[in-house]
Amino acid sequence: MFGDYSLGDLGSIFVMQGFAGLILFSVYVLMALGLAIIFGQMGVINMAHGEFMILGAYVTWMTSNLFQAYLPGLFAGYFFLAMILAFVASGALGMLVEWALIRHLYKRPLDTLLATWGLSLMLQQAYRSVFGAREVGVELPQWMLGSLRVTDSIEVPINGVFVMCLTVLITIAVAYVLYMSRWGRQVRAVVQNRIMAGAVGINTEKVDRYTFGLGCGIAGVAGSAFTMIGSTGPTSGQLYIVDTFLVVVFGGAASLLGTIASAFSISQTQSTLEFFMSGSMAKVLTLLAVVGILMLRPQGLFALKVRK
Amino acid sequence: MIINSRFFNRSELMGFIALAAVLFVILPLTLDVFRLNLVAKYLTYAFVALGLVLCWGYGGILSLGQGVFFGLGGYCMAMFLKLEASSVENTKIQSTPGIPDFMDWNQITSLPLFWQPFHSLTFTILAIILVPGLFALIIGTAMFKRRVGGTYFAIITQAVAAILTILIVGQQGYTGGINGMTDLRTLKGWDIRPDHAKIILYFVEVVLLFACIGIAQFIRLTKLGRILVAMREQEDRVRFSGYSVANFKIFAFCMAAVFAAIGGAMFALNVGFMSPSFVGIVPSIEMVIYTAVGGRMSIFGAIWGAILVNFAKTSLSESFPQLWLFGLGALFIAVVLAFPNGLSGLWADYVQPRIDRLFASRKAKPGWNDNSVADGAPAE
Repeated sequence: MFGDYSLGDLGSIFVMQGFAGLILFSVYVLMALGLAIIFGQMGVINMAHGEFMILGAYVTWMTSNLFQAYLPGLFAGYFFLAMILAFVASGALGMLVEWALIRHLYKRPLDTLLATWGLSLMLQQAYRSVFGAREVGVELPQWMLGSLRVTDSIEVPINGVFVMCLTVLITIAVAYVLYMSRWGRQVRAVVQNRIMAGAVGINTEKVDRYTFGLGCGIAGVAGSAFTMIGSTGPTSGQLYIVDTFLVVVFGGAASLLGTIASAFSISQTQSTLEFFMSGSMAKVLTLLAVVGILMLRPQGLFALKVRK
Repeated sequence: MIINSRFFNRSELMGFIALAAVLFVILPLTLDVFRLNLVAKYLTYAFVALGLVLCWGYGGILSLGQGVFFGLGGYCMAMFLKLEASSVENTKIQSTPGIPDFMDWNQITSLPLFWQPFHSLTFTILAIILVPGLFALIIGTAMFKRRVGGTYFAIITQAVAAILTILIVGQQGYTGGINGMTDLRTLKGWDIRPDHAKIILYFVEVVLLFACIGIAQFIRLTKLGRILVAMREQEDRVRFSGYSVANFKIFAFCMAAVFAAIGGAMFALNVGFMSPSFVGIVPSIEMVIYTAVGGRMSIFGAIWGAILVNFAKTSLSESFPQLWLFGLGALFIAVVLAFPNGLSGLWADYVQPRIDRLFASRKAKPGWNDNSVADGAPAE
């Protein structure tokens, strides 16, 4: 399959496809970060995670429309406000869901899966009723359009670069919150031993609620970033949910570093293969490889050693 | 090695008689052929639900990939029917006569090798059982021998469902793509499309369903069934008692796969086509919903669940397409939060005691039945 290309062409192909893969990687990382917190730390399988992401995307879309209608002068900067709104909206919905649904099911992880699936169906229908069944696209401000020319044969789109920078910043922020802050220590303490954490004075219910809210909020930001590279429909979230779960499981559920590494390898494999064969076969091969590796190494790439 | 001396206890016998009466007598007498054919379609999911009772309710293994096995069974059957429908006379307008139409559209000029054996009905029937069975054996062995279970297993089966759907849709020339295999006509020269054939197929299906119920009930009553329950409750204790937990899990998973495949094959026969929309993640989870609503611990409950949820789906989505997804989602949340044992749990809690009291007042001493969760049909 390499026969028709010269060495220089192949290099450019790998760089360009690699970059396309990096954008996919950004979306995976943003989706998976929220899921890694919820699934990896709390053990809750949130099948509605994709719908929280889409909520963020719709919030971004509404913000951009509002700016276009009332504040056209500030349109260039709407995205930053939209991101914050998306975080708040998804996070608030997440905390509501935790209070109404999830907290009754902590001892039954398989049942959270079924209940959140029901939730995702309802949210999808809600989006369809409110925003319509058609996909909506966000208009990007001028400075995000166009692409950077790196060499003669290599071009990278600016919005992709922006999404990637955003991903890096959010990842650093999440790592800081989880591993450096007092609150992050409380989260990890609750995860390791709920009863003992309660005994030393941590309000475990509150920690649970905020952890779930944080995970959903990050999903909202992921949705916000997602609007820059694709259009949003009521069922867009469902397309990514299985991939994202595989990313988290493949990385090793409780490990942030593993999540990033696995998102990177999965997205790179997929986008590089995509150039040489049809998109569907590339995806099949990637997923098969992931499932195959998981059968050999069920604990994922980076597993914490824990006593069971 | 049956532990209970009787195959069905009294409440199960009543459930059995009620189901048999409804499926064999009441529905065929009251419904027209179109509606009866719809019931036949619902019953194909009852096979899947029956498998899930064994695997999920008793074994504690939640598989979100039952659509894979349903699809494999259905596609095996559909391949045989499609080959018969694509005889040289039927397809002489194609550039290559004698191959299925979608292959011709995709510029494939000869029948692929893996299609060849599906000319034989014997091979097809064996394949319907063996292909999904072996596939489940491979997945199950790889997972359970390494003690992967619970949520991880659910996610991986879901990924398998996603992979198979993408593969079927992508390989249009070999599988019919997103449209699936349509225009299935005859089974060994016997036309499956007219009304009388639909009625015969319905009865064949119901007989098969009762055979599967018999097998499931047999498994439940033997020591094997007891070990499955013990494994679900205290896996480590069973392991320390010297049982190979992995092998029992593999067995339950394979049985569920085979049941689902039989359902899939009956689907292809009754409905007359097979497509990837019955393979993927969404249908697989819906199949779990049927079982959960009916009652994951109850063989008859799960079958009623499959029939009733599908009936509700058809009637609601006919009249209020908007409400259906809300209703399904809310139903699911309600079942998980409020009634973990589904309809059969409600029956056992509220209806069964009254019936028992009725019997007790007639007979001086009713026989004590030792089942904690009584199986029974929900009220009609």
